[in-house]
Amino acid sequence: MVKVAPRFSEFAEAVKTISGLDVNLCFQCAKCASGCPVSYAMDYTPTQLIHAIQLGLTDLVMNSKTMWLCASCQTCSTRCPQDVDLAGVMDAVRIIAQRKKIKAKIPEVPIFYRSSLRNIALFGRMYELGLIATLKLLTRSFTKDMGLGLRMLRKGKLNIFPSFKGALAARRIFSQVKAREKR
Amino acid sequence: MKYAYYPGCSSHSTAKEYDHSLRAVCSRLGIELVEIKDWFCCGSTPAHSVSRLLASALPLGNLAIVQKMGFKEVVVPCASCFSRFKTALHDLQNEPRLREEIGQIIEGNWGDDITVYHPLQIFSEEPQLGKISSLAKQGLAGLKVVCYYGCLLTRPPKVTEFDTCEYPESMDRVLRALGIATLDWSYKTDCCGAAFALTRTDIVLKLSHDILEGAKSVGADAIAVACPLCHTNLDTRQEEIEKTYGADYKLPILYFTQLMGISFGLSSQELLLEKHLVSPQRKLEEVKQHA
Ligand code: SF4
Ligand code: SF4
Repeated sequence: MVKVAPRFSEFAEAVKTISGLDVNLCFQCAKCASGCPVSYAMDYTPTQLIHAIQLGLTDLVMNSKTMWLCASCQTCSTRCPQDVDLAGVMDAVRIIAQRKKIKAKIPEVPIFYRSSLRNIALFGRMYELGLIATLKLLTRSFTKDMGLGLRMLRKGKLNIFPSFKGALAARRIFSQVKAREKR
Repeated sequence: MKYAYYPGCSSHSTAKEYDHSLRAVCSRLGIELVEIKDWFCCGSTPAHSVSRLLASALPLGNLAIVQKMGFKEVVVPCASCFSRFKTALHDLQNEPRLREEIGQIIEGNWGDDITVYHPLQIFSEEPQLGKISSLAKQGLAGLKVVCYYGCLLTRPPKVTEFDTCEYPESMDRVLRALGIATLDWSYKTDCCGAAFALTRTDIVLKLSHDILEGAKSVGADAIAVACPLCHTNLDTRQEEIEKTYGADYKLPILYFTQLMGISFGLSSQELLLEKHLVSPQRKLEEVKQHA
């Protein structure tokens, strides 16, 4: 691994605190951006985003689409010659943005995270139909995928009723994690 | 052989056929799967995108039950769950701070000596591989299949410890043991768009279109998969992809366990073949007639 001179950016420090990852190891070879399946839809490529974190361009990063469009496919983390876990950096950036309650450039994505987690905390196991209904309410996309949803219901691919098995144990974990993260 | 079994949330909904066919082929192979008592969701992408602690605690909480049940090995068929379990164990080994925090959240032992297996890791090795070829009776030799592994089984390799990450062969080995011709192709580990199914469907459509195109261009009759998310994107969205891109595929997407079951002579009811939106029946009939 090539040593890169340490730089200081508060944002890079915040990423490190959350994930333990050092963005300053990145030497901008662009291998991550070339293999990223979603870079075509991003405003900044993964390579550009990590550079912006190194430079401490907090506003640019927080207002970018990139981390919300990252599919967590792990291609970048697998191929990085400097062993930077960029998928992990994307997670950290998403976490920082949500903690700061930044208005997300792709709002449906954090809405999906929150609705899914609420669903799991309540039922213990994912209750798909409930999740879909919540998402439709929150993103006001009532007609999207209606036909497909009905076909899946007919095929018995979506359950009408939730299960509550495992709900108690899951709820305990959620509340413990919440209590620790408040401190 | 006896393993603890974590079916994952989709085993009760979108991927019932994966769960059913896995249980059916395991019982033929003499592998006993014992479902984890009151298991709960692994948290998947939403958890690791919101809280690192939650993302570790959910899988480890399930492993604590495995430990209590007295098992040292657990089978996890969903690639996304598999990746969450492997990541939690990996992080636990590498981050002392996390270990301390988890210790305060989960009572008792969460068992870092538990081994997490994807069924392909068991089936593609001896003694199971030999047993699989001896159980294969239904001639599927005429079926040309591409194996699609997706992202999370193989990546990142230091976490998943699964096969070779850029060009895996374990599913190909299993299907070849059944006499199925698996084809070489370039999209084995490309991303299908995964969790964007409900949010940015356009991304799923594009990435899954690339995969279907790749399969078609090498002349595949079907795509074999090992993950419920990949299956949903390639099967249930296929018609929409065809409309969006003006293409015509009608490519059946089958779980590798269903192909094993067909070859073992299990009925299509046992394997829930009728659940797919792109029906595999016609293709299978054709192949049987030629056999
Ligand atoms: S592959 Fe690694 S070193 Fe290269 S630009 Fe991406 S993060 Fe930086
Ligand atoms: S993990 Fe995210 S940033 Fe990295 S290659 Fe995949 S989609 Fe792109």
